[in-house]
Amino acid sequence: MMSNLVFLPIFIPLFFGVLLVFFNKKRKFTITTSFFVVLLSLGISIFLTYYVFTDGPLVLETGGWSAPYGIVLVADQLSVIMILAVNIIAAAAAIFALTSVTEKMIHHYFYPLFFLLIAGVSGAFLTGDLFNLFVFFEVLLMASYGLIIIGGSKHQFRESVKYILLNLFSSILFVTTVAFLYSVVGTVNMAQLGERVAEVEQQGILTGIAILLFIVFATKGALFPLYFWLPKSYIVPSPIVSALFGALLTKVGVYSMLRVFTLIFSHKLELTHTFFIWVATLTMIIGVIGALSTSNVKLIIAYNIMPAIGFMLLGIGTFSAESIAGTIYYLVHDMAIKAALFFLVGLLAWHAGTSNLQKMGGYIKTAPLMGWMFFIASLVLAGIPPFSGFIGKYLLLRGAMDEGHYIAAGVGLLSSLLILFSVIRIFIGAFWGELKEDPQQKVKSSGLTASAILLAISIVLGVGAEWFYPYIQAAADSLIDPQIYIDFVLKE
Amino acid sequence: MEILMSILAGTLFAAGVYLILQKQLLKIVLGTALLSHGAHLFILTMGKLNRGAPPILEKGIKIYTDPLPQALILTSIVISFGVTSFLLVLAYRTYQSNKTDMMDQLRGTDDE
Repeated sequence: MMSNLVFLPIFIPLFFGVLLVFFNKKRKFTITTSFFVVLLSLGISIFLTYYVFTDGPLVLETGGWSAPYGIVLVADQLSVIMILAVNIIAAAAAIFALTSVTEKMIHHYFYPLFFLLIAGVSGAFLTGDLFNLFVFFEVLLMASYGLIIIGGSKHQFRESVKYILLNLFSSILFVTTVAFLYSVVGTVNMAQLGERVAEVEQQGILTGIAILLFIVFATKGALFPLYFWLPKSYIVPSPIVSALFGALLTKVGVYSMLRVFTLIFSHKLELTHTFFIWVATLTMIIGVIGALSTSNVKLIIAYNIMPAIGFMLLGIGTFSAESIAGTIYYLVHDMAIKAALFFLVGLLAWHAGTSNLQKMGGYIKTAPLMGWMFFIASLVLAGIPPFSGFIGKYLLLRGAMDEGHYIAAGVGLLSSLLILFSVIRIFIGAFWGELKEDPQQKVKSSGLTASAILLAISIVLGVGAEWFYPYIQAAADSLIDPQIYIDFVLKE
Repeated sequence: MEILMSILAGTLFAAGVYLILQKQLLKIVLGTALLSHGAHLFILTMGKLNRGAPPILEKGIKIYTDPLPQALILTSIVISFGVTSFLLVLAYRTYQSNKTDMMDQLRGTDDE
C-alpha cells in the first residue's frame, strides 16, 4: 500500500497540469491552484523522503507486474533527495511566477506546461526502467519545448529551433542505444541490467553502448564538446523558464549518468570513468571561459551551468563513496543556487531594462536588497565557506585528490576562482558606481522572496552540513554498492 | 531477414544524417523524421524477427515473438509523431518571424 506513494510526485503535477489546460483564461483560479499543487507535492515529497530514510526504499510495480517484466518506479535515497529538491524549486518558482508570469503567458498555458515539466523531471528521477527513463525525458522535453517559445519573439524562435533539434537528435540516439542494449543484454529494467552486465563483466560491446549512453546524457547535460546549444537557448525565454531549465533540465542528465554509471556500467572504470574526468576538466575550462567572454548578464549565468556540471561529472569519474556524496551534495546545491541566480538576474534585467552589463551601474541605491542577495548568491556559487557550494566542492576535490586526479582537482580550484570573478563582475558592474540610467521597473517583492527562500536553503545546506551529510552519505553508499539496489528491486 | 532490416535501418540513418546536415530547416526536420524511422526499425530488428509465432512465453513453447520491442516502438512512434508535428509548426513560425529558413542566417548575436 505504501508503495503507491512513489507514484504521487509524478501523478499530482501531471493531473493538475492537464486540468489547468481547461482554465487558461482564469488567472486567479490558476494561480491559487498552482500554489495548492506545489504545496501538496512538497508535503508529499517531504513525507516520502522521511519514509524512505526511516523504513528503507520503496518499489512500485505498476500494474502488479513483478520487477523484470513490468515497469517499476523506485524511490531509493538518491531519488527522494532529488524529488525533494525538485519540489522545493517548484515551490520557489510558483512564488516567482507571481512577478514574472503575465496574463498572456497564462493564456499560452504556462502553468500546465510548468506542471508537466515537473511531472517529467520527477518521473525521470523515480523510474527504474531505462526505456521509461527515455519516455520521461520526452515528457519533460515536450513541456520544455512549449515553455521555451512562450512569448513568441523572433530570437526565441531562432534559438528554440536549435534547442529542439539537438534534443530530438539525442533522444533518437537514446532509443537506438536502448535497442542496442536490449539486443545484447535482453532487458531494459535497470536492476536487471546491472545484474546481467556484472555477470559478463561488461565486455567490449557493452562499454561501447555505455559510451553511446554517455553521449546522450552529455548532450542533455551540456558537457564538452556537446554544450554549444545551451547558453543562448537558456537566455531567450522568460526568466522563470530560464531558471527552471537551469535548475532542472541539465541536472536530469547528470542524475541519469549518476544512476547508469554506478548501477550498470561500473566494471570498466579505467576506460569510462577516466574518460569522464577529462571531459569534466574540459567542461569546467570551457564553461568559465564562456562566462568571462560576454557582458550579457544572463549569458554569464547560463555559462556558469557548465562548470557546475563539470564538477558533478568529476565526482562520478572519481567514483569513490566520498566523491559520489560530493556529487549528490553539489547537485542539490546547484539546483537551488542556479534557480536563485536566474531569478536575480531576471529581476536585474527588468530593473535595468537591458541585460547588457556595460549599460548598468549603481543599482545598489535603487535596489539594495537585490544587490546584496546577488552578492551572497555569488559567494554561494563560487563555493566560499560556509555556504553550500564549499561543502560540495570540498568533498569532490578531496575525493579527486585521494584518487590521484591532481590536474582535474587543480582545474576545479582555478575554475572556482574564475566563477567567482565572472559573477562578482556582474555585482561590481551593475550595483557599484554611479547610477548610469534610471531603473525601468521597480523590483517586485515576490521575486525577491523566491530568491531569498532558495538562498536560505543553500545557506542552511552549507552551515548545517553536519545534519544533512549523513543522509547524502547514505545515498552515496547505496550507489557505490549496486547490489543493494538490485536486491530490493528484484526481491532476491 | 534481420540483415535486410538492418541494411534498411542503416540506409534510413544515412539519409537522415545527410538531411540534418543541410542548411534548410525543412530538410532538417525531414531528416529527424527519417532518423526516428530508422531507430524504430532498428528496435524491431533487435528483438529478433519471428513470423507466425505468438508473443507468449510459456513452458514448452520454443518459438515466440518478443512483445517488448513492439511495445517500445509503439511508445516511441507516438512520441516522434508528436515531436515532428510540433517541429513542423515551429519551423514554419520561425520562418515567418525570422524571414529565413536557412540555418546559417539564424545565428544571432550576444546583445539582444
